[in-house]
Amino acid sequence: MSHPKAAAEFLKDQANSQWHDETLWMIRDKRDTSSKSIPEWEKLRNLASDIKDNVLSNLDQYLEQFESQALKNGIKVHWAKDAKEHNEIVLRILQEKNCEAIVKSKSILTEECHLNPYLEKHGIEVVDTDLGERIVQFLHQPPSHIVMPAIHLKKRDISALFHEKLQTEKGNEDPTYLTNAARLHLREKFLGAKVAITGVNFGIAETGEFLVCTNEGNADMGVHLADTHIACMGIEKIIPRRKDLGVFLRLLARSATGQPITNYSSHFRSPAEGKEIHLVLVDNGRTRQLAREKFKNSLKCIRCGACMNTCPIYRRSGGFSYGSTVPGPIGSILSPGLDMKKYSTLPFASTLCGSCSDVCPVKINIHEQLYEWRQEITKHHGAVGKGLSMKLASGIFKSPLAYQFSGSLMRKVIKSLPKIVIYNPLNSWGKSRNLPEVPKESFQEWYKRNRHE
Amino acid sequence: MSSREEILNSIRGIQKENKALPDIPNFQLEGDLVELFKNAIEANKGEILSKKEFENWISSNNFQHIISCSEPFHTYATQELPDDAHQLDHLELAILEVQFGVAENGAMWLDDSQLPHRALPFITEHLVLILSKENLVSNMHQAYDRIGADHSGFGLFIAGPSKTADIEQSLVIGAHGPKSLRVILV
Repeated sequence: MSHPKAAAEFLKDQANSQWHDETLWMIRDKRDTSSKSIPEWEKLRNLASDIKDNVLSNLDQYLEQFESQALKNGIKVHWAKDAKEHNEIVLRILQEKNCEAIVKSKSILTEECHLNPYLEKHGIEVVDTDLGERIVQFLHQPPSHIVMPAIHLKKRDISALFHEKLQTEKGNEDPTYLTNAARLHLREKFLGAKVAITGVNFGIAETGEFLVCTNEGNADMGVHLADTHIACMGIEKIIPRRKDLGVFLRLLARSATGQPITNYSSHFRSPAEGKEIHLVLVDNGRTRQLAREKFKNSLKCIRCGACMNTCPIYRRSGGFSYGSTVPGPIGSILSPGLDMKKYSTLPFASTLCGSCSDVCPVKINIHEQLYEWRQEITKHHGAVGKGLSMKLASGIFKSPLAYQFSGSLMRKVIKSLPKIVIYNPLNSWGKSRNLPEVPKESFQEWYKRNRHE
Repeated sequence: MSSREEILNSIRGIQKENKALPDIPNFQLEGDLVELFKNAIEANKGEILSKKEFENWISSNNFQHIISCSEPFHTYATQELPDDAHQLDHLELAILEVQFGVAENGAMWLDDSQLPHRALPFITEHLVLILSKENLVSNMHQAYDRIGADHSGFGLFIAGPSKTADIEQSLVIGAHGPKSLRVILV
């Protein structure tokens, strides 16, 4: 489905979409307040960006260093070139452990690899333990935001869902009551699971340790009670030194939600006695993206979600309208690298206002890459849809005479254009938009009239 | 060729301009560290207690299951540490010492030497952490300087109680882990 069509679907519920817009803007506002409390904020962003540049230019060496340190620490390291191999590795470990039920904390990588349906097909019960993720899992939906997976839902929806799945009181919408019901339900799952899966926020080449950051403590509840911890990590998550964490941990949560740090930042270096840690390093298109000079910077992303919260399109169209694992501005520059045809409308789901680049803690030039992807896509897909009007426009801009004439024509036409032309179902552009007030004369006409005064 | 080789070879095959790894300046934090730390903990929905306030709090609660890993607080413990962390499911209160605290964000560092079970600070219903005022650093850069090259199998910053806002952005304390965090500054 194309982004405009899916966005129209989301906008049907006006009250909900307005709430979504305002709530994400409130989080953007918290991020601003939080970042402004740090005088060196812009220096930190520059440092983070420079550290990630260094990582991308030496990724092979850092990966080897990380692997050798991790092995010394007693971690078992696996390499997966794509999603398929990643899923097979995870399944093989589970089968070796005779494990039929796992708990999993938030991992965008395992979403990207579609691990859940794969494991379920092989008879394994997968329980997502982040509250928002458990909610969308009950609904058989993907997360609509990478930090707030259930931001598209209202408490009445969750109340009805928990009444059905967890036998909570009908109509009780109190968030504390509902959260407690989930707590009890998930506590049982934590106590029963022999294997726990987590994502990875940062892998440290120097020490071979990796970090997992949560507010709920669900990742730790899972792994410390299980015998085996499987951590799934994209190869771009490497940072060189332990002290680099000082920079990234100051930026991450402040950018994500405005809090100064997540309540739990766990550093895993070796398994506890008698237990195992498996680390799966996944490529799945990342080396291809690294080879694209214009787009490789997208790999610096630390998945804070700030670009989503600030984006005027994301806030108004919702995460599902993107149809990709990572939605929003960063998703719109990552996804075409995975499948340009499937995600061809995403780079156009932007006003190119640049707000995403302004809030990005690692200074990815997101809006410029969106523009670059548009060039790539237009090159590959030729004149379709928007292409025709663009060709027309290009003809007009090439000829000064055509430009002058079309300008004066449009000033007359727009004034007298019947509303039906704009607000008819065939014109998707007209939805929620007004035509501008038309000036009486062009700048050239004004200049001619005024230049002697 | 193994996937490992394949991935590393494709990275090696890409022309890359070498970008230097930057030094991290010694950023400082202005102000009184104890005051800043208190504010940070309260903003994270934790609470700061004196020893006296802690005694009042514990005597007003009738906890049956308390574990203490801090020598001066052993008198409050009702039970010894079990061998298996699963047996901590009904634990009401854990009292643990931390190595140091970070004034800018309220984060406190513990590693395996404070954690006889890694699950302990997560599975307990309430958590009390003991921190000496002497052991405050200003920000995360000083925090990692302080940890230095220490090798522990597991290390952890705790900055507040377990929390979530996944239901309509309403903050709820006690998602999976502790429903409260109290810090005794000594």
